[in-house]
Amino acid sequence: MIRRNPQDRPPNLPLDRAQDRPLDLVRARPGPSFTVTVDGRPVDALEGQSVAAVLWSAGTVAWRVTRDGRPRGAFCGIGVCFDCLITVNDRPNRRACLVAAASGDVIRTQRGEGHDDLAH
Amino acid sequence: MTSPTNRLAVVGAGPAGLAAALTAAHHNIAVTLIDSAPQPGGQFYRQPAAALGARRPQALHHAWRTWARLRDRLDAHVAAGRIRHLPGRHVWFVELLDRGFILRTLTADDEPEVFAADAVLLATGAYEKVLPFPGWTLPGVVTAGGAQAMLKGGLVLPGRMAVVAGSGPLLLPVATGLAAAGARLAALIEAADPRAYGRHARTLAAHPGKLAEAAGYAGRLLRHRVPVLTRHTVVAAHGTDRVEAVTVAALDADGRARPKTERRIACDTLAVGHGLLPHTDLAGALGCRTDPARVVVDAQQRTDVPGVWAAGEAAGVGGAALALAEGEIAGRSVVAHLTGERPRIRSTAATSRTALRKFAAALDAVHTPPAHWAEQVADDTLVCRCEDVTAGAVRHAVTELGAADLRTVKLLTRAGMGWCQGRVCGPGVAGVAGCPPETVRRPFARPVPLSVLARTPSPTEGRQE
Ligand SMILES: Cc1cc2nc3c(=O)[nH]c(=O)nc-3n(C[C@H](O)[C@H](O)[C@H](O)COP(=O)(O)OP(=O)(O)OC[C@H]3O[C@@H](n4cnc5c(N)ncnc54)[C@H](O)[C@@H]3O)c2cc1C
Ligand code: FES
Repeated sequence: MIRRNPQDRPPNLPLDRAQDRPLDLVRARPGPSFTVTVDGRPVDALEGQSVAAVLWSAGTVAWRVTRDGRPRGAFCGIGVCFDCLITVNDRPNRRACLVAAASGDVIRTQRGEGHDDLAH
Repeated sequence: MTSPTNRLAVVGAGPAGLAAALTAAHHNIAVTLIDSAPQPGGQFYRQPAAALGARRPQALHHAWRTWARLRDRLDAHVAAGRIRHLPGRHVWFVELLDRGFILRTLTADDEPEVFAADAVLLATGAYEKVLPFPGWTLPGVVTAGGAQAMLKGGLVLPGRMAVVAGSGPLLLPVATGLAAAGARLAALIEAADPRAYGRHARTLAAHPGKLAEAAGYAGRLLRHRVPVLTRHTVVAAHGTDRVEAVTVAALDADGRARPKTERRIACDTLAVGHGLLPHTDLAGALGCRTDPARVVVDAQQRTDVPGVWAAGEAAGVGGAALALAEGEIAGRSVVAHLTGERPRIRSTAATSRTALRKFAAALDAVHTPPAHWAEQVADDTLVCRCEDVTAGAVRHAVTELGAADLRTVKLLTRAGMGWCQGRVCGPGVAGVAGCPPETVRRPFARPVPLSVLARTPSPTEGRQE
C-alpha cells in the first residue's frame, strides 16, 4: 500500500515506511493524502486522522513548549491531559488528539497554555 | 432550545453504554446515545475513522465477533429510530430537574447543545493513572492506553523502539498491539510479581477464557521476542527533546528499587501506565455517591440519585466483559423503571458480573505500583504537568508550610489547578505529599468556554423551563 510519495517527505525522515505499517496491518485503503502546514512546513495528512496522528506519522512527537520552555506532545491520547494543545487555523488550545485534520489546515505549535476564556 | 424528551440518555458508547442502549432499545425505550468519540466502541473497541478504509480492523482487536454483533445491533436500532446515536459530543453537565434531566454537551468545535431525558446512564469509562518519575514529561513518553488509542483510532505509532512499562493487565494488549503494528519492543517492564497470582489461583482458574487470552498475549510477546522484566520499574526517562532511553531497576520485596540493578534501555517511546481511574465527574456533580474513585451502584447498577444509573468502568475498573454485563443489567433496570414492570435481570449476566468483579479484584491486588515509588521522584521532577509544579514544591508545602491535606497542597502549590483539573497529577501529588487520595468534586466534566456558560441558565431557571 503506497500512500506517500517518498520524494515528498521532509529530508530528515527515514524512508523505511515505518509509519505505514499500522495501515498495512489493518489493510487500510485511505483516501488520497492532503496537505496541512505545521509552522509553515507542508505535512501529509489522511482524512480520518487527528492532528496528533498526522504529527506522529510525520515523525513529530513534540509540538508545544511549556511556560518554562520544555517540549510536550500527546500524553493520554484521549482528551484528558491537555498536554497536546496546539493552534489550528488561529484557534489556540485545541487538543491535537481530538481535532480531526482537514485539508489546508494551518497548524501552529504553541507556547504555554493560555487559560483565558475558559471555566473549569 | 430543548429537544423533545427522549426517555433514556446514555453517556458513553463503550461496551457498557452500548450494552445498556441495545437492551433498552430492544424493549422499546427511546435511547439517546451520546459519546465524545467520533466512532462508537469506547476504549476497548475503538475504531479507526471510516475514511481510513481499514479492511481488517480486527487485526488490532480482541473479541471482534462480540463487537461485530454490537455494531450490527446498533446499526439496526439506529435505522429503526429507536437509538439516536450522537457521536462527537462531550457531556459537560447533567442537570437534575423536578422531573427528568437536562444533558449539556459541547461538540469538538465547542458548539453547545442540550438534550432532555427521563433517565440517565453514566457509562463514561476510565482514564489512565500514571505515577510521576524523572523524565515522564518528555515527548515520546505516553500513557499505555494512549498509545493503544492512537494506534486503534489513528493507525499511528509514536516511534519505532518502544518500552512498555508500569503495572496492570492493560500493558499486555498494548505491547502486543504496538509490536503487531511494526514497533520494536525493547522491553516490557511490569512492577508486579507474577508469583502473586498464586494467591488468587482459585479465582483465576474460574476464568479459563481470560487465562487463554493472557496466554495468547504471552505467546505473541514470545513471537515478537519481547524481553519481559517482572518486579522491575522505570526509575527515569532520559532525553532532551524527546525520550532517548529509560533506566529500569529491579524491585526488592518492599517495593523499592534495588541498588546496583539499574540498567539503561535505548528507546524512542515509553508507553507507561499504573492502572485506570473511573470518570466520575458527571456523577459527582449530580450528587451521586462516589467511593473515592468510582460511582457507587446497587445490584441493579442504580446510583443513589433516582433516575441515574452507572455501568462499566465508571462504576469500577474491570475490563470490557464486565462492562458489557453491567451495561445489560443497567439497561434492564432502566426498562423496568420506565415501564413500571418488574426488573428482569438475566441470572447469567448477574453471575458473570459477580465472577468478573472477583477476577478484577484479584488482578488489582496483584498489579499494585511499587510501594515506595514516591521516593524515586526527585525534587526537580514535575508532578503537576499543567502548572509545572515540582515534587520539591509539594514536599515543601507539606514539610515547611504544614499542609496536611491535598486541598491545602493544591492551594499552596497550584498542583491540580490547570487544564486537566488534577485528573493526571492527582495520584502523583497525593503520593509525593504522603496524603490520602481525596474525592475531587469538579463542577463540569470538561473545561467550558465562558461564552457557553454565560448563555446557560442556572439550575433554578432550568427547572422553570
Ligand atoms: C486509553 C485507554 C485504552 C484502553 N485500551 C484497552 C485495550 O486495548 N484493551 C483492553 O482490554 N482494555 C483497554 N482499556 C480498558 C477499557 O477501559 C475497558 O476495556 C473498557 O473499554 C471499559 O468499557 P466502558 O464501557 O466502561 O468504558 P469505555 O470503553 O471507556 O467507554 C466510555 C466512552 O464514554 C465516552 N465518554 C466519557 N466521558 C464522556 C462525557 N462526559 N461525554 C460524552 N462521552 C464521554 C468516552 O469517550 C468513551 O467512548 C483501555 C482504557 C483506556 C483508558
Ligand atoms: S494527549 Fe491528552 S489531551 Fe490530547
